Amino acid sequence: MSESHHELPFWRKYIFSVDHKVIGIQYGITALFFLLFGFGLIMLMRWQLAYPEQPLPLIGHLFGDSRMPGGVMLPEFYNELGAMHGTIMVFLGIVPLAVGAFGNFVVPLQVGAPDMAFPRLNMTSYWLYFAGGIIMLGSFFLPGGAASSGWTAYAPLAVIASVGQTFWIIGMVCLIQSSLLGSINIIVTIFQLRAKGLTFMRLPFFVWAQLVTSFLLVLAFPPLLAAGVMQLMDRVAGTSFFMPSGLVVSGQQLDISGGGSVLLWQHLFWFLAHPEVYVLILPAMGIVSEVIANNIRKPLWGYKSMVYSIVFLGFMSFVVWAHHMFLTGMGTVINAFFQATTMIISIPSIIILTALFISLWGGSIRFNTRMLFALAFLPMFGIGGLTGLPLGLSTADIHLHDTYYVIGHFHYVVAPGTIFALFAGIYHWYPKATGRKMNELLGQLHFWPSLVCMNFIFMPMFIVGLAGVSRRLYDGGAGYEHAQDVLHLNITSSWAAWGLGLAQLPFIFNFFWSMFKGKKVESDNPWEATTLEWNTPSPPGHGNFVTEPVVYRAAYEYSVPGAKRDFSPQYEPEVEMEEAPAQKEAA
Amino acid sequence: MEMIPYTVEARPDTGLYNAKFGIWLFLASEVMLFGGLFSGYVLLRTGSPAWPHGSDLLNVPLGTVNTLVLISSSVSMVLAWVALKEKNIPKFKLTLGLTLLCSLIFMIIKAIEYGTKFSHGIFPKESAYFAIYYTLTGLHALHIVGGAIVLMYFWLPVGTKMWKTQPQRFTNRIEVVGLYWHFVDLVWIFLFPVLYLL
Ligand code: HEM
Ligand SMILES: [Cu+2]
Repeated sequence: MSESHHELPFWRKYIFSVDHKVIGIQYGITALFFLLFGFGLIMLMRWQLAYPEQPLPLIGHLFGDSRMPGGVMLPEFYNELGAMHGTIMVFLGIVPLAVGAFGNFVVPLQVGAPDMAFPRLNMTSYWLYFAGGIIMLGSFFLPGGAASSGWTAYAPLAVIASVGQTFWIIGMVCLIQSSLLGSINIIVTIFQLRAKGLTFMRLPFFVWAQLVTSFLLVLAFPPLLAAGVMQLMDRVAGTSFFMPSGLVVSGQQLDISGGGSVLLWQHLFWFLAHPEVYVLILPAMGIVSEVIANNIRKPLWGYKSMVYSIVFLGFMSFVVWAHHMFLTGMGTVINAFFQATTMIISIPSIIILTALFISLWGGSIRFNTRMLFALAFLPMFGIGGLTGLPLGLSTADIHLHDTYYVIGHFHYVVAPGTIFALFAGIYHWYPKATGRKMNELLGQLHFWPSLVCMNFIFMPMFIVGLAGVSRRLYDGGAGYEHAQDVLHLNITSSWAAWGLGLAQLPFIFNFFWSMFKGKKVESDNPWEATTLEWNTPSPPGHGNFVTEPVVYRAAYEYSVPGAKRDFSPQYEPEVEMEEAPAQKEAA
Repeated sequence: MEMIPYTVEARPDTGLYNAKFGIWLFLASEVMLFGGLFSGYVLLRTGSPAWPHGSDLLNVPLGTVNTLVLISSSVSMVLAWVALKEKNIPKFKLTLGLTLLCSLIFMIIKAIEYGTKFSHGIFPKESAYFAIYYTLTGLHALHIVGGAIVLMYFWLPVGTKMWKTQPQRFTNRIEVVGLYWHFVDLVWIFLFPVLYLL
């Protein structure tokens, strides 16, 4: 495009931009907003859980009599908050940040491409995501409120729920199409636009993670779309895909054609949603690997086994979905199958985690903010993964299913796990996107309180869950005789959650302040890293690379013996050697 | 956007240009979409005490005609692509026009089928069988309409003008929509026996 040298008008450059970096940043900022919003929802719920049916001080009356009369939360509103918290965090927060933002911004740079393979589809993907978000947010103002049947939208509850559920489905259709376009783009970019010399075994681990993630998105999301279409038919055309004959609701037999199956929804949903949880974790593993390799100043230990593991993880994640359904009466044979696959899939996760731990051995570690977040990811993900094993054993799951233990399990993986990794990524690539570094002191003020609060939120949930408190109670278990001894932990969790909210303030301030006042980078490679993205100007211009990048070596050539510097970038043809020791002695 | 490599010519190691790679991935996701619905069909059918025979409820002759119509449309789609390879624009217009005509006939016949059912008061909520019938064929029809709109664009001068400046790229575009079209055709060839005959 010869005319591209002219300045594009503002709206083409920053709003309807086709540049992967702008789209990545748009995705990032929108997703961070949604993360904050979704977190706000849970902070409200935590009041109700800690102090059931007491009026929420200060802001309680703002929500109106239909939601919180006299400041006391109605059960219906509690359900809305719960369903939308899950939906927003997963589909509008973490995935768009991990894949939409980091995938978009970093992948083309790391593979040495001028842009994504399909820039206009990329823009469409962002705006579909935006539309999905607006529909989800708008649904709070509908009569009957937003969707209130959990992020899993189980039938038959979701089918007979108020109109908010219809909006939920339409919003999800937008999000599914958006992620389809985004992930096709990432896969094609990685395969087709790799720089010369960049073989698959030289790809940064982050790129591998994005590649596998994108395959999961392409193949797992469509069945949810199918399920969504069926649920929509059930809701608006009166079909009974998920409605069994003779269903009785509130003492009344429903007037439906019947003949449907509630389990069909669960199968279709989890066929997506289990791969989806790997969509939540794999990009995080990728980011953590980049940050760790850069800050230990040595190659990752077992890069190849990490790659094989992540590919294997991707395959396996399609055959474990029914471990979410052990208690639905599928029968012991099917349970045994999914129990076995679940045990198998934990092996590659452990390999990756172990490789990262071993990588730390003997490194000269730089303890900066991004490294702290990446380091914290390892044990936090470890706790999340290990607590998953009892859930994967169908007998143990009888006790644990649908309790706060499950909530504790997956939040350890996603919150102090994935979200910490995403923070690490933000601190890591911020200088590339803006040309300025984020402030270290504020970063530490963000990290340490976050780490403490996260554990005080989620560790008690294991205990509450083991005591048998169901995850879906409006009163947090206050009505359970047998749970009275553990209920004080609800208060601990809640205060820690509000503390976590406060701990984000240094980050929010840092994020915006550093754009204008942060320390300018002294070079285009401020972290002395090895991968291709550091071979571009900061921020990179249109087309990214000044000269066509060529790759000469593996991704993490740190501390090559005899080299002058402790990092040998992929894009430099020759490693500058120190003078040979023999010559030194002679001189 | 010329700066993005392999938009027109194939990358040697993958043997594909970008859009062709993209459409294959898209079709993979479509397989999963229809596969999801189809597994729903299997689960509902195996789980129900009685299931009607499609041939008792649907108009098999009309369905057969429609199958032939779609197969012909696929053939003319291939011929359109061949015509571009031969740089024969009139033949391209003719064959692509035939494809469009077939898609129109298909939709008309489908509308007649739906219309007669509606006029007898048979809607999706009639039974599990009709629920899945309307959902699957409706989604398929949406695919036909979407595809036909894109084909129409390439058939009209606005779309064809790319031929004058970038003939290879235009040929690629036709190849890519062609792949999509064959896929939609294939879905029908699968749906027809499942819904009308079994
Ligand atoms: C590493 C081995 C893992 C195992 C063995 C495992 C096992 C399980 C099992 C069996 C359940 C169902 C529990 C129940 O409902 O009774 C579950 C729930 C869940 N897991 Fe994991 N998991 C693992 C890792 C992960 C990862 C990496 C993530 C994602 C980031 C994750 C996210 C979730 C979520 C979101 C749920 C709950 C969904 C819901 O019911 O709302 N898990 N896990
Ligand atoms: Cu799972």
